[in-house]
Amino acid sequence: MFLRTLAAAGAMAVLTTSTAMACEIGARVSIVGNEFPAIQTVGAEAKGCTGAEVATNLTADHQKINLPGMQGNPAEYTSAIVANSSIVALMNEDVIRPLDDLLAKHGEGLAKNQLITIGGKTMAVAFMANAQHLVYRADVLEEIGVEPPKTYEEMLAAAKMIREKGMMENPIGGAYAAGWNLAQEFNNMFLGMGGEHFKSGTAEPNVNSEAGVKALEMMKALSEYMNPDFLTHDSNATNAEFRAGNVAIMNMWGSRAATMTDAEGVPQEVVDGFAIAGPMTVGGGDVPASTLWWDGWTVAKNISDEEAEATFIAMMNGIRPEILSDADVAKQAVWLIPGYEPTEAAVGVFAAANAGTIPYPMLPYMGLMHTALGNELADFMQGKESAEQALADVEAAYTAAAKENGFLQ
Amino acid sequence: MKHRTFFWFFLPTGLAMLLFIAAPIVSVVMQSVFAPHEAVFETVENCGPFGCKEETVINQDATRALREAEPLGRFVGLDIYFDRGHLAIAEVGEAWRGSDSMGAFFDRLGNLPFYRAIGFTLTYTFVTVPLLILLGLMIALAVNSLHRHLKGLVIFFSLLPMIVTPIIGALILFWMIDSRGIIGNLIIYLSGDPTLSLKASTSLMWISIIIYGIWHSAPFAFVVFYAGLQTLPKDQIEAAQIDGASRFQQLRFVVVPHLMPLVTFVTLIKLMDNFRVFEEIVGFNAQAHATSLSWIIFNDLSGETQQLSSAATTSVLTILGVAILLSPVLVRTWRDFRGRAH
Repeated sequence: MFLRTLAAAGAMAVLTTSTAMACEIGARVSIVGNEFPAIQTVGAEAKGCTGAEVATNLTADHQKINLPGMQGNPAEYTSAIVANSSIVALMNEDVIRPLDDLLAKHGEGLAKNQLITIGGKTMAVAFMANAQHLVYRADVLEEIGVEPPKTYEEMLAAAKMIREKGMMENPIGGAYAAGWNLAQEFNNMFLGMGGEHFKSGTAEPNVNSEAGVKALEMMKALSEYMNPDFLTHDSNATNAEFRAGNVAIMNMWGSRAATMTDAEGVPQEVVDGFAIAGPMTVGGGDVPASTLWWDGWTVAKNISDEEAEATFIAMMNGIRPEILSDADVAKQAVWLIPGYEPTEAAVGVFAAANAGTIPYPMLPYMGLMHTALGNELADFMQGKESAEQALADVEAAYTAAAKENGFLQ
Repeated sequence: MKHRTFFWFFLPTGLAMLLFIAAPIVSVVMQSVFAPHEAVFETVENCGPFGCKEETVINQDATRALREAEPLGRFVGLDIYFDRGHLAIAEVGEAWRGSDSMGAFFDRLGNLPFYRAIGFTLTYTFVTVPLLILLGLMIALAVNSLHRHLKGLVIFFSLLPMIVTPIIGALILFWMIDSRGIIGNLIIYLSGDPTLSLKASTSLMWISIIIYGIWHSAPFAFVVFYAGLQTLPKDQIEAAQIDGASRFQQLRFVVVPHLMPLVTFVTLIKLMDNFRVFEEIVGFNAQAHATSLSWIIFNDLSGETQQLSSAATTSVLTILGVAILLSPVLVRTWRDFRGRAH
């Protein structure tokens, strides 16, 4: 064991020195992004470049600061690490630059599916994929004698059996915290029911539909088997419930699945029983009730060409294939980097991609829809109003916001 | 003071007020009557790890031209003030016409974000302010009658709720009232209902936030009243005692009238503070049950698409709300001042 660690450390040292030689930059680099482990790794690797300063600001609040930090001229941040939802705000305000010239010069080794091209221009380089999928306790499902659920209907049936057997009072987990999380769970269920958020080709809302009502009814049915405080539970709190052994089945992010049972004090039966599978479908549909996500980096528009080039080189260094030789790094995410071999924790996201899960919509007005859903659905979940009323409220709130932002006349 | 002297004396303060108070307000008002330009859409092919798809994006060249022509944005006048996210004139009118009773009208009003926020904010403000003044006064009287060796220690502990950062205090209480937390568990034990959850019930959540608000602000009232008690003339109390006034009568007719200007001061500050209730809602994760105007501003700015004009409008409405709330107290203070001058 010791020898292996030593050998790995040696290999790492060689790698680091070789990259230090390889990565020379001539101007400042400043990165802003989220703070989960995979992004921490990319940021740290980008910092390995020499010749000029590489600064990182990785924080959960990145979305609040990346746009203001890139609107100035020169921009404070030369690169923002974004996802398919958050790149939209940067594109709406035109603060990121096309990368085609830099790709031609320094982009060798990238796979084609890493390039995010919009209207023929490459705007971002993706390095990992993410999706929500089933996480369950194999031991509990075995005891009640059911297979891992493939549909939400099966999930409900399993939850009923677990409760009736007196094994767990609230066997279903879910990040249903009012706001962003609740809206995201609605998006999953709504897309799984075959819904579309907008009338085709327009910014007109389209959630107050049969698919919307059915999605809400399913969420309500699931919530009957959740901790009564579900409207305050974000994904962190939901994971805590799972770790504590209070939850047996839930829909959870792939990026959090890998490290789920690593925390201290997790009971042994939870560690042993922990298992993951692909996302579930709902209402007899074929499309999973989930969304696909990518995380990638961009380069700011309002900076000099030297800074843009330095940023590109540093970020390429951050996602070079060699970083995957560290087993811990390989496990952190479903990497899109060439040479990545899926670990056990990645099966859920891969199953999601293979089952034809719909990517989270990259539309200029989707952010406003998400906010409106997050604000207006809690009343229905508490039983204070009907599904139709809640969805009508969503459409009204969205319409007011979209008019104000110039998306609707 | 001569006018000239006063002018030079006041100039630095005046400039600072202009720069730090007047200018931001002007900027917020401007922002609230302008909205972003109408977006020019185009359909392009987006490709990524999950394949290609025709999708709508904003045409940047056309948008840039619009922005350069009118850098402030599109003038919309009071449109945003009247839309559903704010005063919701049309929706309120419809609710008024469509409801057959006051109860039904208020129900429908509570479905609109601005009125829902106002509903909680006003309840919170008008319940916490009197109670925190009462509690602050009781602590001040109790501490004042303590032995002097004990006073320092007790004052320190009484001030702790104010020293704790509001969001941290709220988070601590949030975990304590969890159904597995110490207070949550106690309440379940006392009520005998194992499914009872403070966080799942709107009314219990309101009560929790209000109790937190009183706990957090009472020390402020306490220090102010305690300072006031130190200036209480001994001879007045003695005179009252000789006249045979009971302890309560001394309090009612000597102590409280002496502290009255301070009560006005605390009311003023706390009305203003509590109208902007915010940390409690975030700390308690309570947005499903309670929102406030400050929370709406925060929510407008923290979405993936920032709604600056909407946030600016809510800010202006908050300023107006504070002004309305404070007007009775301010008028009273002005009258006292005039009365004293004559």
